[in-house]
Amino acid sequence: MALLQAKVDATAARLASLEMPVGAAWATAARQDALARFQHAGLPGPRDEYWRFTRPDALNAPTADNAEVFDPQEIPVFDGIDRLKIVFRDGVFDPDASDDFHQEGLEIERLNDAMATDIHWAKDVYGVLETRGQTPVARPFASLNTAFADDGVVIRATGRVTRPVSLIYLHEHTTSDAILHFVVKVEEGADLTLLENGPAAARFNKCMEVDIADNAAFHHVRTQGRDHERQAVTHIFARLGSESLFKSFTLTANGRLTRNEAVIEMTGDRGVAHIAGAALGDGEFHHDDTVFVTHDAVSCESRQVFKKVLRNGAVGAFQGKILVKKGAQKTDGYQISQSLLLDEDAQFLAKPELEIYADDVVCSHGSTSGAIDEDALFYLRARGVPRADAQDLLTLAFLAEAIEEIENEAIAEDIYGRLDGWLGRRRQD
Amino acid sequence: MLHINNLHVNLEEEDKEILKGVDLVVPAGKVHAIMGPNGSGKSTLSYVLSGRDGYVVTDGEAMLEEANIFELEPEERAAAGLFLAFQYPVEIPGVGNMTFLRTALNSQLKARGEEEMSAADFLKLIREKAKSLKIEPEMLKRSVNVGFSGGEKKRNEILQMAVLEPRMCILDETDSGLDVDAMKLVAEGVNALRSEGRSFLVITHYQRLLDHIKPDVVHIMADGRIVKTGGPELALEVENNGYADLLAEVA
Repeated sequence: MALLQAKVDATAARLASLEMPVGAAWATAARQDALARFQHAGLPGPRDEYWRFTRPDALNAPTADNAEVFDPQEIPVFDGIDRLKIVFRDGVFDPDASDDFHQEGLEIERLNDAMATDIHWAKDVYGVLETRGQTPVARPFASLNTAFADDGVVIRATGRVTRPVSLIYLHEHTTSDAILHFVVKVEEGADLTLLENGPAAARFNKCMEVDIADNAAFHHVRTQGRDHERQAVTHIFARLGSESLFKSFTLTANGRLTRNEAVIEMTGDRGVAHIAGAALGDGEFHHDDTVFVTHDAVSCESRQVFKKVLRNGAVGAFQGKILVKKGAQKTDGYQISQSLLLDEDAQFLAKPELEIYADDVVCSHGSTSGAIDEDALFYLRARGVPRADAQDLLTLAFLAEAIEEIENEAIAEDIYGRLDGWLGRRRQD
Repeated sequence: MLHINNLHVNLEEEDKEILKGVDLVVPAGKVHAIMGPNGSGKSTLSYVLSGRDGYVVTDGEAMLEEANIFELEPEERAAAGLFLAFQYPVEIPGVGNMTFLRTALNSQLKARGEEEMSAADFLKLIREKAKSLKIEPEMLKRSVNVGFSGGEKKRNEILQMAVLEPRMCILDETDSGLDVDAMKLVAEGVNALRSEGRSFLVITHYQRLLDHIKPDVVHIMADGRIVKTGGPELALEVENNGYADLLAEVA
């Protein structure tokens, strides 16, 4: 189908300011293929089914909107956790601020170094999982990323790595426009925890491809920074082997626009994939979680748990799908998306989808939207808990199901600390 | 302890008068019972005293010692020593029972200008109280009232009472939904808390509960008023003859 002329023009305008990095033959081929995918799909518009809840204009524009740099005046998240730090400033790797890449059970290289190498393991993943994730729904920003990402790292875990790898994204310039790409391969029997935090740039396009081999485990926890004006579109593409584990949690507080897409493919029997998110929006805040989980193997379990606390004009959107392919018997699929609307100005849009072609599966989904439970609030107050404290307690309780997806207790505590902080600041005004 | 004078209360939404001049005095250390038929206003009295939304006090007052109850927020009433054991305790998914109790206790201590209790001291206190009410430690770890049986919910109310040590306890149909054994356990918990400085107002339909929690005074409530007051024998009279005879006699 031919694209609308407006779409063609917008796509061309977006491409005009970009330059494709030079690399080894395989890398250039991968980028060229991605460019073709991007041009074929074109930039999204309001008529695209999966962009009805979120206006892509700011993401489509040739340049990034201005976003003031915000100093949160707090100890950065994960500060107390021993981790291997990899720092990016406005989307550019900072070797001086980063730790040495060498660690037992890990191979880490800068993306451009890996892509300049003629024979590299990343060749089998870079753009490969992203391509698989383009059907049935096009994800043009991910192809754009694969074609033009000029920085990032590739991480290969070969053993049980207890010390997490921590990607830290600093935002320092008001018009920075960052495109980062990450490739993660967790080899058979290996175990990796990946942390991400920070606003990254005025506008941030991030793509992460995660290939999890049989019996391997990948734990992912990220916070997206507290900059009010930043905009971001992120993708995570995960492919799971048999008896493997994928667990991902994202905390988003603030940000003018955030679109987080996750595309998870269960390709081996008895795999487990849990993806969770907690979003806190106050004022100019639009947060969109778009998730696609495909069951293409027997006895796999998937969970999607997304919670949003919204007030003062904030908007939350959720589009979550579970696709159970023919033959994916004994699938256990679960999906819940809920919003807590703290006032009448907040809005939550949800589109849960199930598509099932196997006959022996358990799949459930639910979506709710509501205010603080007045009965629970009164019960707490009748026991002496002041109204504001009781509201906070109930808000944390609402988010708990998502945060419980974080297995590491110290990290979960840190996340609870951020939530306390957010709620505490809302009480001062 | 509790002085209620000429209390008139309307339902907020339909401008309907529910309490039509309640007069009631519960002295310190005493257990008073209120009995009455359905719709007499018993539960409304407990809700309006604890500060639930939906009711409008149109006349009269209620004093808890020196404190004017209707001038206080629900949490301030709790800190002043008022406690309502709910007829239907509320389930709060995601809030652990222990966290709930500790937050409640420390909020009250803080409101009264007292020192908050440390986690270790609290743990000791709660274990001891829970044991005496035969509450399994596992119930303390679960979310507040979530998945609790009817009996467990009511025992949990009494546990809160034991931990918070209020001076004025109102029990709103605490016997509803309980089997005989569960009721005995709850009554034992209440009896253990009886003391010179603590008063109880026990609201019930049936005399049954009053076999286990022996009241000093029994009031009969009908059509928004206290219509008769007497000793424990009044409860037996209700049990034997029902409310109809008694109300006919008053009218």
